[in-house]
Amino acid sequence: MSIVVLLMFVALFASGTVIQVFAADSLRADGHNVRTLYASYSAERGPILVAGQQIAQSIAVADKYKFQRTYSNGPLYAPVTGYFTLDQGNTGIEGALNDYLSGTSSQQFLDQLNAVITGQNPKGAAVELTIDPVVQQAAFDALGANSGAVIAINPKTGAILAMVSKSTFDPNVLAVHDTDAVISTYKSLMSDTANPLINRTMSGDLNPPGSVFKLVVTAAALDSGQFTPDSEFPNPPQLPLAQSDSFIRNSEGGNCGGGATASIATGLRLSCNITFAQVGPAVGERTIAEYAERFGFNKSVNVPMASTASVYPRGMTAPELMLSSFGQASVRASPLQMAMVAMGIANGGTVMNPTLVNSIIAPDLTVRQAFQSSVFSQAISKQTALTLTQMMINGVANGAASNARIDGVDVAGKTGTAENGQSEPYSLWFTGFAPAHDPQVAVAVVVENGGGFGQSAFGNQVAAPIAKKVLEAVLFR
Amino acid sequence: MTASVSSRIAPSAGPPIDAGARATFTRSIRLKLRVPARLRNIELGLLLLACGINVAALALVQLGALGAVHAGIQVIAAGMTMLVLAMHVTLRIVAPDADPFILPIVTVLNGIGVAMIYRLDLADKSAGWTSGGIRQIVWTCVAIAITIGVLLLIRNHRVLQRYRYISMISGIALLLLPILPIIGSAKNGARLWVEIGPFSFQPGELGKVALAIFFAGYLVSARDSLSMVGRKVLGMTFPRARDLGPILVVFAASMAVLVFQRDLGTALLYFGLFLVMIYVATGRSGWIVLGLGMFLVGAFIASQALTYVGGRVHAWLDAFNPAIYDANGGSYQLVQGLFGFANGGLIGTGLGLGRPDITPLAASDYIVSALGEELGLGGLFAILALYLLFVSRGFRIAFAGQDDFGRLLAVGLSFVIALQVFIVIGGVTRIIPLTGLTTPFLAAGGSSLVANWIIAALLLRLSDSVRNQPRLVVETEPRDQLVVGQ
Repeated sequence: MSIVVLLMFVALFASGTVIQVFAADSLRADGHNVRTLYASYSAERGPILVAGQQIAQSIAVADKYKFQRTYSNGPLYAPVTGYFTLDQGNTGIEGALNDYLSGTSSQQFLDQLNAVITGQNPKGAAVELTIDPVVQQAAFDALGANSGAVIAINPKTGAILAMVSKSTFDPNVLAVHDTDAVISTYKSLMSDTANPLINRTMSGDLNPPGSVFKLVVTAAALDSGQFTPDSEFPNPPQLPLAQSDSFIRNSEGGNCGGGATASIATGLRLSCNITFAQVGPAVGERTIAEYAERFGFNKSVNVPMASTASVYPRGMTAPELMLSSFGQASVRASPLQMAMVAMGIANGGTVMNPTLVNSIIAPDLTVRQAFQSSVFSQAISKQTALTLTQMMINGVANGAASNARIDGVDVAGKTGTAENGQSEPYSLWFTGFAPAHDPQVAVAVVVENGGGFGQSAFGNQVAAPIAKKVLEAVLFR
Repeated sequence: MTASVSSRIAPSAGPPIDAGARATFTRSIRLKLRVPARLRNIELGLLLLACGINVAALALVQLGALGAVHAGIQVIAAGMTMLVLAMHVTLRIVAPDADPFILPIVTVLNGIGVAMIYRLDLADKSAGWTSGGIRQIVWTCVAIAITIGVLLLIRNHRVLQRYRYISMISGIALLLLPILPIIGSAKNGARLWVEIGPFSFQPGELGKVALAIFFAGYLVSARDSLSMVGRKVLGMTFPRARDLGPILVVFAASMAVLVFQRDLGTALLYFGLFLVMIYVATGRSGWIVLGLGMFLVGAFIASQALTYVGGRVHAWLDAFNPAIYDANGGSYQLVQGLFGFANGGLIGTGLGLGRPDITPLAASDYIVSALGEELGLGGLFAILALYLLFVSRGFRIAFAGQDDFGRLLAVGLSFVIALQVFIVIGGVTRIIPLTGLTTPFLAAGGSSLVANWIIAALLLRLSDSVRNQPRLVVETEPRDQLVVGQ
């Protein structure tokens, strides 16, 4: 009898041990286990730092979640930090580096064990960003009330100096510890037609790049060896679109520079659609696609948030290929993508991996992950890059991108004015870098909704001045 | 009668008490008789320790969950402590030789249960009479008061033998009460409750005490026919067909519980209780084999025929299957309980620092999971060890007993606690399918507390009689007195 009772208790001891010791890890990792989720809120989440200042931090509070996430300059940094909610998901750095911030990454396992043994509360690691607060603020101010995005990258390292998207939101409103309030706030943000939750520098419904895409076509034309900047193309005032009754026109009307023919250099400087509608088919879709993908098209990059891949389609029809050669048809690009194009040209043809993370610092101040620049691709040769740079300098100095001029500095740039549809307002672009011969910053700007001017404003009027202010913020800091 | 009977059941119930053993036994008793308060002093010391643990547990819950200690609940819980001490005083007067460990064990289990239920109140932000913790304290006080009453009323456990048929009728009535219309009520699928106005209780809990008394009384008189004759098959003696009557009746009652109350645990508890008592009474393992076989077949048929029982079995075998996890009445609760255990790990999160409130019914069926989460494997082992100690004290009382009825009753009462602990904790930890029983002394529920405290009272009364017994021996065997006198 005693043996029966003993066996029953031994079974209980054994099953308790199995559950609480041997199966504990797999149970904790089970997707249904909300305790693990709650535990991640109770640990002191690491801060997100910009130039040593905390832009997101966890402050001890007296509720069951123990810490309140607060953002010191929420709307300015929202595209970077993203938001952190109790159980409605996280975005931005908060989402992409959640393991580090919450202290649950495998690298931090020993720290956690140590914390349990010493009775301390586990702490997450701090994430130091590459963002330069002065540049970020300048980009934020320059964009003003426009809907759009600005991204600035150090072309030599890939470090992102500024990432601004508007309209924006305050992540503090989603960090409150009342799930019902969070859900209703989230719903109202989602239904806001200004789409404040979308980081327009790298995601959402991407814009057609318009004329800034001519940089990619030119790079393909020159680097493939098929053409030189001086290769001449016919220069009519209007070009029949293949397989249709429509015509392609230059944005300023008339022909390109007045000659019987126009060179690729002239076409790029003056941003002539007619020239590129002929260059594109001459280079061929396959070659352009190859170069576009070397610059990052059709790929998602992790900065560490995953970007939406920009699009250069394959298998286009003849009219589509003509239109796509000046960034229309189904071509789509994010500012991040265009900044990568500028970065490649600025950096002697080498595209660096763009990143927001400077370092990850454990609570004991040891650096867990230091900044490492890495190469994304060698998109074009150094020679092609130098040639393209000179062409872009001309575009700013005496071409279509005149509003990006900075006294005493050579600025390389390209504007874009992309059509979104028959009566839709334009998307206005600028991408470039400076100083042209020793680039410190590559920038890409997109202003949506025509900057408030419908179809009457060009990239040079709206986007170039914004880019200029961002370039100045880096050069004169 | 007593002497001849005791030697006959000895092989199964414990070592035969021969003259030599009796002599040493008597000697030790004799020494204790000289200082009759010694056992009670041990009890008082342990009791103060138990009450200290209870106070500390409540304080830790408040520190963990609220970050500060508030006097409120401690003042109410102090009432519980006062009553426990009153019971100790009662024992000093009416049962001075009772086992000194039972009351402290029960007190600390009860107190830890109160602390955990109160901790879950804090998580649910319930207060006043909706607060399970306060209700549990009040029920504990009621249970202790009834226990004191039982100790005062029943001065000699043999009295109970006379009421065995009344016990049977009341036991079966209590068992079947929830099936009745209007007052019977089902919760979480099992029909185990009776509701009258705002009060609800689980009559089956009290029923197990009544049935243990009946089984003990009945088996003492019916044992001869059940054990003497039989047929040997494979080295085991199986009973004759005509002696199968009682086991069939109890089996039928258990199956009725299974079918009408839809609760495997209660059925298993009663049937297991009966099997163990008949085995102890007759010493025939054939009964166990036969009974267990019958029960397994019955339970298997039930799991095939009754969707409710079948669902429990599926949830047990395939708990992590998403379809079963999400199903209504599926394994959600079971899996959440396992997550709780895992969250606790080896050392637990600490009282008030885990999230046991995530598991549904954490205060009743799943209190062990809640304790496992906050106290860890260490705490779980401590609780299991306390139960094991309680049961072993009960068995000790049984084996030392001088009369058959007392021995059988002590075995039955201790085993029913062991079996209930196994069924509940085994269900929560996936050893067996989950059923709707309460964890003795720990779980929220008035009827369960009252019934289990009465079991404690009966064991205390039995142990007091056991230790009083040798006085007769001493008088008949003067040699012992001589030895002791040296």
